[in-house]
Amino acid sequence: MTVEPRLAEQNAAIALPEPFLRWFGEKGWSPRAHQIELLAKAQSGQSVLLIAPTGAGKTLAGFLPSLTELAVRPRRKPGQAHRGIHTLYISPLKALAVDIERNLGKPVEEIGLPISIETRTGDTPSHKRQRQKLVPPDILLTTPEQLALLIAAPDARRFFEDLRYVVLDELHSLVTSKRGHLLALGLARLRNYVPGLQTIGLSATVAEPDELRRWLVSQNPPPGSKGPAMAGLITVAGGAKPDISILDSRERVPWSGHSARYAIPEIYEAIKRHRTTLLFVNTRSQAELLFQELWRANEDSLPIALHHGSLDVGQRRRVEKAMGENALRAIVATSTLDLGIDWGDVDLVVHVGAPKGASRLAQRIGRANHRMDEPSKAILIPANRFEVLECRAALDANYLGAQDTPPLITGALDVLSQHVLGVACGAPFDADHLFEEVRSAAPYAGLARETFDRVVDFVATGGYALKNYERYARIRRTKDGLWRVSHPRVAQQYRLNVGTIVEMPELNVRYVRQGRGMAGRGGPVLGKIEEYFAETLRPGDNFLFAGKVLRFEGIRENECVVSNGAGANIIVPSYAGGKFPLSTYLADQVRGMLADSDRWQALPEQVADWLRLQKEKSVLPKRGDLLVETFPRGNRHYMVAYPFEGRLAHQTLGMLLTRRLERANARPLGFVATDYSLAVWALDDMAALFKARKPSLAALFDEDMLGDDLEAWLNDSWMLKRTFRTCAVIAGLIEKRFPGQEKSGRQVTVSADLIYDVLRSHEPDHILLQATRTDASAGLLDVSRLAEMLSRVRGRIMHKHLEQISPLAVPVMLEIGKESVNGGANDSLLMEAADLVEEAMGRG
Amino acid sequence: MNFSLARTSLIAEADMIGIAGERAVCDPRGVLYFPELRLLAVSDLHLEKGSSLARRGTLIPPYDTGATLLRLQAVISDYQPSIVISLGDSFHDGGGAERMHASFRERLEALMAGRDWFWVAGNHDPEAPADLPGETVRELAIGSLLFRHEPSKVRVEGEIAGHLHPCARIVQRGRSVRRRCFAGDGGRMIMPAFGAYTGSLNVLDRAYAGLFRLESLMAYMLGSDRIFAISRSMLRPG
Repeated sequence: MTVEPRLAEQNAAIALPEPFLRWFGEKGWSPRAHQIELLAKAQSGQSVLLIAPTGAGKTLAGFLPSLTELAVRPRRKPGQAHRGIHTLYISPLKALAVDIERNLGKPVEEIGLPISIETRTGDTPSHKRQRQKLVPPDILLTTPEQLALLIAAPDARRFFEDLRYVVLDELHSLVTSKRGHLLALGLARLRNYVPGLQTIGLSATVAEPDELRRWLVSQNPPPGSKGPAMAGLITVAGGAKPDISILDSRERVPWSGHSARYAIPEIYEAIKRHRTTLLFVNTRSQAELLFQELWRANEDSLPIALHHGSLDVGQRRRVEKAMGENALRAIVATSTLDLGIDWGDVDLVVHVGAPKGASRLAQRIGRANHRMDEPSKAILIPANRFEVLECRAALDANYLGAQDTPPLITGALDVLSQHVLGVACGAPFDADHLFEEVRSAAPYAGLARETFDRVVDFVATGGYALKNYERYARIRRTKDGLWRVSHPRVAQQYRLNVGTIVEMPELNVRYVRQGRGMAGRGGPVLGKIEEYFAETLRPGDNFLFAGKVLRFEGIRENECVVSNGAGANIIVPSYAGGKFPLSTYLADQVRGMLADSDRWQALPEQVADWLRLQKEKSVLPKRGDLLVETFPRGNRHYMVAYPFEGRLAHQTLGMLLTRRLERANARPLGFVATDYSLAVWALDDMAALFKARKPSLAALFDEDMLGDDLEAWLNDSWMLKRTFRTCAVIAGLIEKRFPGQEKSGRQVTVSADLIYDVLRSHEPDHILLQATRTDASAGLLDVSRLAEMLSRVRGRIMHKHLEQISPLAVPVMLEIGKESVNGGANDSLLMEAADLVEEAMGRG
Repeated sequence: MNFSLARTSLIAEADMIGIAGERAVCDPRGVLYFPELRLLAVSDLHLEKGSSLARRGTLIPPYDTGATLLRLQAVISDYQPSIVISLGDSFHDGGGAERMHASFRERLEALMAGRDWFWVAGNHDPEAPADLPGETVRELAIGSLLFRHEPSKVRVEGEIAGHLHPCARIVQRGRSVRRRCFAGDGGRMIMPAFGAYTGSLNVLDRAYAGLFRLESLMAYMLGSDRIFAISRSMLRPG
């Protein structure tokens, strides 16, 4: 910190009311410069973005404008009407809202301020919600979904008419998702109620602060106002540099895999040497595995706990509480612990597996030593050799202060549909006015009127070319030109389905006593597991969940029934979520490191040796080049490419390349993708094809594959169906599934897959299919990244034909067979099963 | 009777099954065809399910009737049956026939022309569909076969029913495959639902309890161009 205390004190004396100065004095603190600066900007009427590292007193800074204003506000006289909300605080996590209530309540009480602070989340009981409507607190702490609900209520305008500030916490994480779109639209609505509304965004360091500054204010200011279209900016430089090291293991670092099992003894030693260790992994399956391995090594019975999003809420709260009380020595966690919740005295962060992004690493390391003037201590544990390179690159990036937060994406149309219906549930709307309002939200600033009208049409009648549903419209335009809800039931349905988080179908994991089988009853629920995983289990299978080995008994309605398990063949559930692809920035760093042998000195000897061997046997690509190796092995021909663009983009590339190779009669058999490379194998010699230019390598990797090939493949892809389901639920076309509803049976619900098939063949350009394709391109397929890569490597593809596998190719080759890559029909599996039947019956 | 070449080639011996002594083609599109009787049976069309749900505010695409009729048209043009039995729940609700778009009604009537068409009453559509030709019956006996919507609780040899929307699931190589299916034990057959928006219920669900001789229960799962006969021991619940 480079604050001159005197100056800060002088400024503080100007800006802060007396009780605040006294409180700071009693504590022996003085206000930090950015806190005073933020207060001054806010008092001059500006919205502000505060970018500061963890531990910089961000929360207090964000609330100072509200607290100082409320401190001097005249008290309500008896008989006067209750005032509306003064400040709205929005955070991505319920737990964070609860945490802030506690942290903010303390100074408010100590300063002696007459301010009421309350939370409103999904857990708030209905009597309290009703009371909040009648007697609103001064400061309301809530989530984006609750804001959407408040806006959809008929008394919204009155409830918010006294609103002065909206404080948005962890803004960097909110804005990158559809929740951010919903929130941006909600803010636009609030600005409509209260034109002078000010926003205060609190964020960790991001690559493009201006994007967030625009996000915070109207992008469509009313004529006459000369307000800037960006919020003010205050940046607090990072605290002490973290002390990060990469584990230089005594053991051999494996070629591939993600378990980091080799490093368990060394991780355990590190835990023993520290007070409290936080262990981060990238996926829930890794969390389960690491936890299991650590307990196997835990000879001293240290209290080591597990925390991830699939575990039962009660269990997660217990772990959080124990951690707050410093009762734990280590916690194995996934991203559920990423955000800014205050924890106990963590003095070491261990990151197992590569961090996948430099800014994510910085965030996670920020966990340790939650005081910004002391260096955080962290150890990175690469799980395989490529991860060693990635960890090294991330580490360099952290020191350089480089950032790779994902870019903001254009506002999603399914979210807009939900919002339009929500607005109608609150009050009748005029389409012209609402369009202007929507465009004032940064993600929708570029929205075309025609698209908006299609969205309104979709909300009203489904927006189909076949106009069959006019009489069932959910909203109708009445004679006064306003759109209103056609039936109270519509508002009811809306309230049940609000939000943008659509879970994969999940089953509760219900524990019963061993030996009782499916007849067992009444045990505790251990958490939730994805339905598709449970469906692949046979009764008697053992799998790892919640840190226990469980025996699968069967599926009963919406429950997966389990008992105590044991044995050697233990299955680890894989989860669809939580797999981050390697960030573009970090990928570039890794390519840079490969190309520059001077930087290998920073790598462990065995990894540097591996790269030297690659240079000798094959070649290492220059930073901007794409290396493609071909070699025969067994009676197959392999092609391995090294784009370093992340698993999702590589999978898409693999699908498209195999289609093309099929057309070129190379008879491709399959492919496998990792974060770093892609291997395709075929019956024919691909190197010979390239040589004969049938096709040339350049033609094979031509960008035009993103045209028809992509379109043709996409339409049948399960990924599109999965994405469609999410869009359809968010847009309100189909309803969310709630626990217990499963009982009503599959035959009465219309599945999203069936709707997708019918809609695709009858109205392929329907707005919801359009939204689905946009989502899939950005998300599961990572098409934009693939496009950038293909255009970057144009004319820079380096082909190396080898007699045998190269050292660099070993990791991806080891993945073959571990992962199913067959995207085709499942008929072949049915065929196998049918053949088995015939065989057993002595036919065929 | 003139069997066209195209039609005979459709009737592969492999897809023929016996039900109470009658031989039928188990078509992977989810219909049964009895060549000797020139009879086509199809079950649970659930026409106008989309508009039925739309009445309650779920505005799913209004193309299900069109999609179902298109598939039915393809099957009828392949087999050219002289008798068609729609095995109940032909419409998703009693008002379905009335709500049907004029273009769909025309298409349906064209399919019906020149054939004996029977609407078996179902629980969704107990009354005759409004203003449509064809004969509405509670059940229909032809030869040794008895066609009705809901399977009876007691075992009836030769009964062909719908109502339950059977599907089956197998797990092979760690992957789960679920398909609609015909379910039969040689004596009785339950047909898959044909409608575009119809869901399905696993044949191992308790709703099927007592309907089959378990030791000879087979699920004829619908593949993209053929049927896969899977015995009960391979099937998984859920």
